[in-house]
Parts: sequence; structure tokens; C-alpha cells
Amino acid sequence: MSILVDRSTRVVVQGITGREGAFHAARCKEYGTQVIGGVTPGKGGTTHEGFPVWNTVAEAVAKEGANCALIFVPPPAAADAIMEAAASGIPLVICITEGIPAADMVRTKHYLASTKSRLVGPNCPGVITPGAAKVGIMPGQIHKPGDVGVLSRSGTLTYEVVGQLTRRGIGQSTCVGIGGDPVNGTNFVDVLRLFNEDAGTRAIMMIGEIGGTAEEEAAAYIKVSVDKPVVGFICGQTAPPGRRMGHAGAIIAGGKGTAAEKMKALQDAGVTVVKSPAEMGATVAKVIGA
Amino acid sequence: MKIHEYQAKALLREFGVAVPRGEVADTPAQARAIAERLGGRVVVKAQVHAGGRGKAGGIKLADDPAGAEEAAGQILGMMLKTLQTPPEGIKVRRVLVEEASAIERELYLSITLDRARATHVVMASQAGGMEIEEVAAKTPDKILREWAHPALGIADFQARRLAFGFGLTGDAFKQGVALIRNLFALYLAKDCSLAEINPLVVTKDGRVFALDAKLNFDDNALYRHKDVVELRDTHEEDPLDVEASRYGLNYIKLDGDVGCMVNGAGLAMATMDIIKLAGGEPANFLDVGGGASPEQIENAFRILSSDPNVKAVFINVFGGILRVDRLAEGIIAAVHRLGLTLPVVLRAEGTNVEQGKKMLAESGLALTMADDMADGAKKVVAFAKGRRP
Repeated sequence: MSILVDRSTRVVVQGITGREGAFHAARCKEYGTQVIGGVTPGKGGTTHEGFPVWNTVAEAVAKEGANCALIFVPPPAAADAIMEAAASGIPLVICITEGIPAADMVRTKHYLASTKSRLVGPNCPGVITPGAAKVGIMPGQIHKPGDVGVLSRSGTLTYEVVGQLTRRGIGQSTCVGIGGDPVNGTNFVDVLRLFNEDAGTRAIMMIGEIGGTAEEEAAAYIKVSVDKPVVGFICGQTAPPGRRMGHAGAIIAGGKGTAAEKMKALQDAGVTVVKSPAEMGATVAKVIGA
Repeated sequence: MKIHEYQAKALLREFGVAVPRGEVADTPAQARAIAERLGGRVVVKAQVHAGGRGKAGGIKLADDPAGAEEAAGQILGMMLKTLQTPPEGIKVRRVLVEEASAIERELYLSITLDRARATHVVMASQAGGMEIEEVAAKTPDKILREWAHPALGIADFQARRLAFGFGLTGDAFKQGVALIRNLFALYLAKDCSLAEINPLVVTKDGRVFALDAKLNFDDNALYRHKDVVELRDTHEEDPLDVEASRYGLNYIKLDGDVGCMVNGAGLAMATMDIIKLAGGEPANFLDVGGGASPEQIENAFRILSSDPNVKAVFINVFGGILRVDRLAEGIIAAVHRLGLTLPVVLRAEGTNVEQGKKMLAESGLALTMADDMADGAKKVVAFAKGRRP
């Protein structure tokens, strides 16, 4: 069992003729994901590195039954690509693109509310269900099928925790990167709900970072609604206020969004909070008795 | 991105937000000439990207042109130190000379992104001139909020609610409503991340205008605002930060002595954290990004090792898109070209890691390899403290 993606996921890659799009479409396919082709407006009817290319997402849905969009479109056109996928009836839209203007995401998120689509990202590594489907840019080989759900605002730090888990022989049910932007689609609470309901997930590893209040909202939800064990880590414990730490969303502003506040909120909700990023895997092992 | 007050006020004027009459000066003589043109009493204000200028002596009143020249002479060239500047302060290169006004009331107005609601929020308070964080903490009910519709923006009735909330009446009320609407139009049109007017003033003769102005912009949207990009003043930023941004690197200089080079913002923050847990102090945040080229790696290396405080370097990479062999290529080129003598601890995992480690081993570089993050942090902190790990 898993959440969001599995063997039945049929992926259309938007921006497949770009360097990143083409490279990662091939990596996803190698992993065993059903990548049915891609979309680049104006290049429909051609083939790119073995993948059929369509002009619109609607064509990919009509002709090949695409049910997941993976977006590598550059920032100026990425918000539009998200809306096109949603308008075409794609239930799961995963946007990797980094650098979309916040105002574009405000409008796009509003648009999505009128559709049935779920957005993961933007500025995220994507979603992987080890051994079944990889829809994103994460290195597939470090993952291992299992029953720990991983969710995170970060990319490489997610690889770090997955690496620590796999090295200890602990597999993952699904790993979800929700992205590091201030306005994104799926949030921690959405993924926590899915993991809590998933019979294939025994415990949850959650990685947050400074900025915003998503971790505090997650803590409030965990306290009331999550009955599986949760291990948490917050990065940016040493970050100075007022400086943006890479991710557009990772900034301590107006004295709010510090790691200390978030760690306390999670602790109060019964989450096992790890102080050192080197201890994430070991703590999960301890919590699940592995 | 941040801009100066005088630049923000020029944008406000363009969008119909009332501001005091004034001009910017580079020399005391120019300040005098501006004061002569304005007539009457003037305010001379240091132009730096930091708040708290008044308390630090960066804002002075002058009764006449001679006084303006004298005030500008005192402020220009001074190292202004406030809570928001580096400890040594920022050098003042320009002053804004403005007409002084007889102020009756000071109000607060700002627009920013509300992440939790995923839309823009306009905040208004009668407690102008104060730190808004302080007002929010002590008397949160004194701050009014109106959330913009994500697609439609701020409606007239919302602007009216805020203007009534300011306690404005008659003509001042009309001026207030127009000012709120125009500021919101500017905020959206220029992709601001913050538009803050503190204080917004009502004068004794019934005028409503922005006495101070702060505009910050969404870095992700700068590609569509060439005019805003031209307003960037790199004097206000750390030279190493400026250098890094030229190569598309995410670098922030900090106060410690352990240089870090990491791929990915989250892992970069976690690396800073683990250095601190190991008893060290990070010298910087540096995210070389997902698809860094060997050239970018080389530049990153050059930038972080040109910080004289750095005593040892920790490279922590989890290769995903960034392949470890490409990282190795960049490191080898950088060390050879720069003749680096700093101790370097490397921890690498992920795509093409074996190939990368082999290249580094054969390069003859004196790198210290680490098994994992904790091991790497321990070793690099030992080097920084002058011990062999």
C-alpha cells in the first residue's frame, strides 16, 4: 500500500522537451513508472527521446489516459501549466519548477480550488512509492519499499533521511516532498491525513523548516487526528532572522517561524522531535522498534 | 530584493500614493539646493536599507538651507549602526531631503503575503510609527486586516473599512481610501513581497500621505520587472553575497569559521545545524542548487574560501540531480586554480558517488573523507579549532 502514486499512475511530463524534463522523464521510466509521454505546446506530433509529444495535456488524457502530470516548465509559464493540467482533469499534478512568483501561485491555488485536482509542489522533489512509481527528481536507488511514510518541505534533506532509513533496512511506503515555496498545493496536514489512513504506513517521518506556520498547523492536526507514531525534524535551528535561506519560504520574519517554536509545537503534539539531522533514521528505528 | 526609501517614494508617486515633496542628494551642497527649492523647514534622511535610522542619528530636522547642508554633511559618509545593520554599520551614501510637515496623527499601513491563507493581506493600525511586531504582540486587536480576493484583489468596501478603522473622516477619509487602493495596485503590479508605510500621516492641514516607505520585491518575479532590478544598490549587500548571486548561487555570509558547501536549501540549513551541534559556528549558508555545473562549484569554492574568517570547509552533498562526479570535477579544478590550503572535509552520497570519490582520491588533494553528516561535522569543527580530527 502507499499514497498518491503507484503502479497504476500514468504520467504525462509537461516541458518534456527541455533538458530537465527529458532527463527526468527517462529516469522515472527506468525506475518502472508508466511515463506515457509529454507535452510541449507547438511540438505536438513529434517524438522526443522516445516519448510521444502532444500540444496539450487534454490530448495526453484523451489518447493515453494520463492521470498524473509532472511539470518541468520554466517559472514564467509554470503556473499556467499547473492550471492546464487541472483543467484537463488530471487528478494529481506534481510541479518540480523552482522560482514561480508568489503572486502567480496565489491565483493558481485559487483556480485549483474550483477543480478536483491535487497539486504537490511547486519547488519540490516530487513523490515516490519505492518499488512502484517514481514521479520526481529524487535518486530512485536510495529508496526501499517498506512502511515508513516520509514527508518534507525540502529535497536533498529528504534524500538524507531516506538514505539513513534504507541503510538501517527500514523501507518507505511513500515519500512526498511538498516543496519550499510560501504558497504551495498539498500541505503537511493533507499528507498526514493520507498517511494516517494508509494501511501500508506504520510510522511517519516529517521534516519541516523555518518560516511560515505549516509545521504548527501540522502539530495541531497530529495532536487530534493522527494515531500513528510521528518523528519530526526542523532544519534551520541556527538560521538568522530576516534572511531567506534558499527556499523562498524559509525565512524567519517578524520573530515568527523559528525552529524552536516549531519543535515545541510538535513536541507538545506527541511527536518525537530529533535535534540532530544525523539522528533521524536512528530515531525512527527506535520508535518503530526496528 | 530591497530598495531605498527615495526609490520607493518615486514608485508610490507613480501609482498615485501621496508622499512629501523631496529629492535625493549625494553631497551637502545638493542638499542645500534642494532645501532652497522646497522652502521652509526640511528633514534630511539617510538612505540605507535598514530601519531604526532615527534613533541612530540618521534623520535630522533643519530650519533652513544652511541647516540642511550641515545636517547632510553630518549624515553623508557616516557609518550608520542600527539593530538591522551589520555590527560595523552601513556607510551612508545618499540623503533624502524632504519638506517637514506638521503632523497630527501617525498611522500604519502594510501589504504582504499571508502564507496560511495563500493570499495578500492589507494591515492597518492607528498605532503608527511603532514596531508593528510589538503592536501585534501586545495589542493584536489594534491591527485591522483585510484579505485580498486571490483573483479580484481588494474591493472598495475593504479599503473603506480600513480607512474608517484609521478613524479618518471627510476629505482625509477619501484620501485614505484612494491611498490604500493605489498602494495595493502598486504592490500587485510590481510583485512586491512587502509594501509598508510606517508612518502614514495625517497633517494638521488635513493631508494624508506616506511619510516613510518600504518596498521589498519577490525575487522570483524580478525577471518581469527590469525597472525594479535597476534599483538594486549592491553597496547595501555583503560583497560576497553579491558575487555569489552573479553565479546563481544561494550564499549568505554568517559570523562563524566553518565554511559550508551543500546542495539543496534544506540540507544546507541542516548542515549549519549539525556544525553548531558539533560545537562549531557556520561561516555561511551556501546552496549550490540542484543542477550545479563544475564552474558553479568552482566559483562557490572561491567565494566561500575568500571569507577570511573561514578556517575549514565542509562539503556535504547528497547527489540527486547534482552528480557527485561533476562535483568532484569542480572541486579539483577549484583547488588547483586557487591553490587552496584550507582543510576540506567531504561527505558525499548519491548519484555517481563511487566515480566521484575515485576522481578525488586520484587527484592527490588532501581531502578528509567523512562517513556521514555527524562524522563530517565533527571532523570539520576539529580542523576549525586547529586540531587534527
